[in-house]
Amino acid sequence: MNYYLQILTVITINSILAVSLNLVSGYTGQLSLGHATFMGIGAYAATLFTLKLHLPFLVSIILGATVAAFFGFIIGVPTLRLRGDYLAIATLGFGEIMKNILLNLKITGGPMGLRGIPKVTNIYVAAAALILVVFSLNRIMNSRVGKSFIAIREDELAAEAMGINTTRFKILAFIVGAFYAGLAGGLYAFLFRYINPKDFGFMRSIEILCMVVLGGMGNTYGAVLGAFIITVLPEFLRSVSPVVAQYRMVLYGLLLVIMMIVKPQGILSGTSLSNKSKHKNILEKGGQQ
Amino acid sequence: MMQLLEGNNLTMIFGGLSALNSVNIKINKGEVLSVIGPNGAGKTTLFNLLTGVYSPTKGEISFREKKIRNLKPYEITKMGIARTFQNIRLFGEMSVLDNVIIGQHCRTKTGIFGAIFKTPAVKREEINAREKAMEVLKFVNLDDVYEERAKNLPYGKQRRLEMARALATDPELILLDEPAAGMNPNETNELIDLIEKVNDMGKTVLLIEHDMKLVMDISQRIMVLDYGKKIADGSPEEVRNDEKVIKAYLGDESQKEGQAC
Repeated sequence: MNYYLQILTVITINSILAVSLNLVSGYTGQLSLGHATFMGIGAYAATLFTLKLHLPFLVSIILGATVAAFFGFIIGVPTLRLRGDYLAIATLGFGEIMKNILLNLKITGGPMGLRGIPKVTNIYVAAAALILVVFSLNRIMNSRVGKSFIAIREDELAAEAMGINTTRFKILAFIVGAFYAGLAGGLYAFLFRYINPKDFGFMRSIEILCMVVLGGMGNTYGAVLGAFIITVLPEFLRSVSPVVAQYRMVLYGLLLVIMMIVKPQGILSGTSLSNKSKHKNILEKGGQQ
Repeated sequence: MMQLLEGNNLTMIFGGLSALNSVNIKINKGEVLSVIGPNGAGKTTLFNLLTGVYSPTKGEISFREKKIRNLKPYEITKMGIARTFQNIRLFGEMSVLDNVIIGQHCRTKTGIFGAIFKTPAVKREEINAREKAMEVLKFVNLDDVYEERAKNLPYGKQRRLEMARALATDPELILLDEPAAGMNPNETNELIDLIEKVNDMGKTVLLIEHDMKLVMDISQRIMVLDYGKKIADGSPEEVRNDEKVIKAYLGDESQKEGQAC
């Protein structure tokens, strides 16, 4: 039973990661290949706040996420002037830089990482975090801010012509995405009780991206579904037979290739943004006044 | 007549090519001014200078007596200049209504925390934005398709939606880049009515257009560009009979004979 709860908790944390990357890449259209870095910053910062400053768990993970958001800002300012492939390469480079910094700093324990983190994260904490993330993200996406994000993805030049400060809103998307990812990182650290820089490398970034692409770019619930599939699949294959498990990476790649051919827009494709009944309600209310 | 926008000595050089060469433009408040000229004459470049997409190599632009030369496009939109694009650039995946709501971006101010906590002020702003968007849609006669995704609209309606979106920014001056391109005569007539309606609302209109019927019908003044230079500027009558304009459009008699082969 414990094993299943553990997997469920990991699914939940991965969902937060996928949802946060979906905000940056799916909704705002800015391809980031360094998203795990923000997770790492959040994980390390939260851990250090607890281990060195003895702050309580909740305060630590929120401060950790805030530190990640701050780095989102620092990275966003120079890189978000770039577009498409260039942005992807710049974020990838940033990820490598951060990994090397974490590997060489004394305070982060170098390649040994940090150990002895109390186990606080459980399914309830993780689920509460996911619900808060999805709830606040939905609010954002239904607002002026979220509409601006989507407008930037749809046509950056037209968005600018509509009065949207595109650079500012892209950075904002990056900051919010980094905050959520940092939160997931904090939860991760307090679940596994041990972190090291390799946990937050390029492969993790790609894994998060796969969740988003598989589930459907630009759909929050798609991202959650993608996180579920990508987390459960290897565990499931392992339970089928150890031999199959050996080839799981192959199957996993194959799944993505098939997906791209059959339904490239992802399982839950498309943007679920125009909420018809909602528009109607408000318009009717407006008419009565 | 009050002057709304003035561009002096506007020059734009791309690499070795000068797309615009010392062009002066004056737009009076409330008028409909058309910019015409053969393909590649620099009309769209002029638009891009006025809306801040490019910063001119040389020259000065002022709008309501404020210099706007180095402002970003979004800042210029906020000051009251809106535009449409030659090749339609809608937010295709968004609903028609949301496209127009986006147009009000610079007149609204909900931030990230307001969005998350959804304060009464934010709710009110949202409702107002929706109502205003519906009004604008009614104005361009698109209110019946407000739920539709923008990319699913037929071409003529997409053009009108672009205008609605620009109108939603509450502009003083609206720049239309070939709004009649690809329209049938019926749609063009509707467009003429619409532009006149916009002008009647007190909006100043700057128009790039190839459709001469439309241009002659609604312009109070016409400016002609050729090879990046202004060759004429005057009433439709004057421009129609201007020798240089005729030459630019139909070619020089002597040259034509020489080139014929």
